[in-house]
Amino acid sequence: MADSNWRILTRPLIDDNPLTLQILGICSALAVTTSLDTALLMSLVVVCVLALGSAVVSMMRRQLPHSVRIIVQITVIATLVIVVDQLLQAYAYDLSKRLSVFVGLIITNCIVLGRAEGFAMHNGVVASTLDGIGNGLGYSLILVTVGAIREFFGKGSLLNLQILVPTSQGGSFEPLQLMLLPPSAFFIIGGLIWLIRRRRPRQVEKPDFSLRLQERASK
Amino acid sequence: MSEGLVADSPRRALTVALLVAFVCGLLVSVVAVNLRPIQQANVEAERLAQLQLVLSALSNIGRVQKIDDLELRMVELASGRFDDSIDPALFDAERAAASASGGTAIPPQLDLAGLKRRALHAPVYLVRDSAGRLDLIILPVSGRGYQSTLHAWLVLDSDTRTVRALKFYQHGETPGVGARIEEPAWEAKWQGLRAFDDAGVLRIGVRNPAAGFSEDAAYQVDGISGATRTTQGVDGMLRFWLGEFGYAALLRRLREEQN
Repeated sequence: MADSNWRILTRPLIDDNPLTLQILGICSALAVTTSLDTALLMSLVVVCVLALGSAVVSMMRRQLPHSVRIIVQITVIATLVIVVDQLLQAYAYDLSKRLSVFVGLIITNCIVLGRAEGFAMHNGVVASTLDGIGNGLGYSLILVTVGAIREFFGKGSLLNLQILVPTSQGGSFEPLQLMLLPPSAFFIIGGLIWLIRRRRPRQVEKPDFSLRLQERASK
Repeated sequence: MSEGLVADSPRRALTVALLVAFVCGLLVSVVAVNLRPIQQANVEAERLAQLQLVLSALSNIGRVQKIDDLELRMVELASGRFDDSIDPALFDAERAAASASGGTAIPPQLDLAGLKRRALHAPVYLVRDSAGRLDLIILPVSGRGYQSTLHAWLVLDSDTRTVRALKFYQHGETPGVGARIEEPAWEAKWQGLRAFDDAGVLRIGVRNPAAGFSEDAAYQVDGISGATRTTQGVDGMLRFWLGEFGYAALLRRLREEQN
């Protein structure tokens, strides 16, 4: 692998972002970004799981028989996620309740298994750990951005600190209810993808097929 | 394929799989067992916080604002009598229900809440007004939902028939679907509902649209669409705990005491 460790760490931030380029892990990005604090906690959890998961898989890669590699990777990831989930339930009970099932669903987050299978199986421990952290941070960057936008426009606050006073409390800010619903995360992530691809035209995908003008139905 | 992959042999695959399963299983068990006391303390704190929430929401209790002001009594469910030989602080309903001496099996035809067993005793909170008269009865209730056990506080008026509040404090239902039972708007629907009719027949429940019009409708609450199994669980839970195998004996005794 010719890439320097620095590139491995920073490439997934924008150039190879798992969310905006690979469009992975969208489900949790919709679910936990209604406020900034849940987005931050989810980011932290995903970074830890990705880094540790990639490191462990990379350590085991020479001993891992081809036929059972995926199930072993999933077992390692599931173990990490359950341990983190238990820790959250013990030490961050309120936040863990708000993240509800989405911590557990990190097991099925394509980014984690994707990095284990796609990178950690073929690279050393240090590179794999950095790759895991990098991808986790790339995911986090989008999550935190979306979370901040949604909380600010949906509730007029950031990290539960009221910045704009809503009309219900005599202020002049009308909360945008749509921001608290899942579709708004789709719009925001879509907007971010557009923004990044405007700046980095290389990321624009070639169309798989071109649309044909609909033919007029002839009798 | 690449440097990381080794030749397959069934024996090797099996060994690696077993080893990974063992190590991971051990790790998860150790963590889960060691963190359990902290997690349970969290749940307990949450339970009391929810009770506090119920209390603050009920306007008529006035002077009772703290949980310490409540009268916590242990009830022997079968007789409805208070039994102060058990320390409520040390009482664990789930453990008691599972034990041979502290619990009993629920007859299947009566087991509307799907609990299979229940404890012989239950901790209930009584709220009295300044003259010492009974004002509110707060009962812990639980029942099987769709994918978890629902736990709630049921607050009854001193007439032992009118529901003053229903507050869920613990469940593991699907977020956005079954979990909507704890939304204030749905919980509020129970307020003021009468659980029993004038003849003392238990009528409360969740309306079943399939059954069409029923004269029970005035005593019932609409379910939540998409959460039929959960809300039917709530229905069973209330019918069980207000029924003969639940708090019926206690409520009868409290009624008699007031007359």
